[in-house]
Amino acid sequence: MSDLVIAGRTFRSRLIVGTGKYPSHAIMKAAHEASGADMVTVAVRRVDISRKTESLLDYIDTAKIFLLPNTAACYTAEDAIRTARLGREAGMSNWVKLEVIGDEQTLFPDNEGLLEATRVLVKEGFIVLPYTNDDPVMCRKLAEAGAAAVMPLGAPIGSGLGIQNPNNIRIIREQAKVPVIVDAGVGTASDAAVAMELGADGVLMNTAIAGATDPVSMARAMKLAVEAGRLAYLAGRIPRKSYATASSPLQGVVGS
Amino acid sequence: MTIKLNGDRHEIAQPLSVSALLVTLEIDARRVAVEHNLAVVKKAAYDTSIVKDGDEVEIVNFVGGG
Repeated sequence: MSDLVIAGRTFRSRLIVGTGKYPSHAIMKAAHEASGADMVTVAVRRVDISRKTESLLDYIDTAKIFLLPNTAACYTAEDAIRTARLGREAGMSNWVKLEVIGDEQTLFPDNEGLLEATRVLVKEGFIVLPYTNDDPVMCRKLAEAGAAAVMPLGAPIGSGLGIQNPNNIRIIREQAKVPVIVDAGVGTASDAAVAMELGADGVLMNTAIAGATDPVSMARAMKLAVEAGRLAYLAGRIPRKSYATASSPLQGVVGS
Repeated sequence: MTIKLNGDRHEIAQPLSVSALLVTLEIDARRVAVEHNLAVVKKAAYDTSIVKDGDEVEIVNFVGGG
């Protein structure tokens, strides 16, 4: 199975996982190992001056795992750009998972702000991976603006609803000239497999693993699901039909 | 003199470099990014960027996220 290549960088795993909401840093580390992921997302936040806390980076082997800073909780292009610049300085890579959120309840992206921020950051030399709607037209505009990949949502962030609009994901994959990463909405392993069977180049998830009763086992389930879905996509599934076609020979049936 | 540090008032005795500020705060400079009056400070400029009365400083790091 071929590797995932984004902006010339090769990843062995097509599963990208988050670092938020785990019961502990130790469980996160074990889940990362079980997932096989070689890219994880991180958020950029103010250092807590008054309180010394453990550093997240003590639990991520950055020699093996690539850090992808996000701009989560940014509601304007301006804030997302500012956060991306800080993330670049903190992480020493020019990659960003770009989020410009348009609605607090759904966390759906603000398309106008997302496109504007993509243009600015691409111009500044960033490798921009925008979290976007499952909208083929928006994905095309983002790619034209220089996004290195497009990351359409499967369902609202943290909802666990699975892929709500499979046909759009399929169309996005057919039309896009950049990798397509389904980002958000996965609830369990079969959702990840569906995303990959639709042709997605990868899947990004956080809550589905971190919020599972046993995050480490779920991480392994997701690894297998992403691999299974990818293989099934490449293998070429049979067409859907309304009626049965016998699998066993119709000749030589006893008593005929 | 007073600066605004991560949104809160913070007292400093005298103008000091970003490097010195991080030392007084016991923050490992390798794991953070610093914004001084809305501009990102490159690590190479930590010794020469001087924080003065009324300045705004943001110090950020990576935390868990999706």
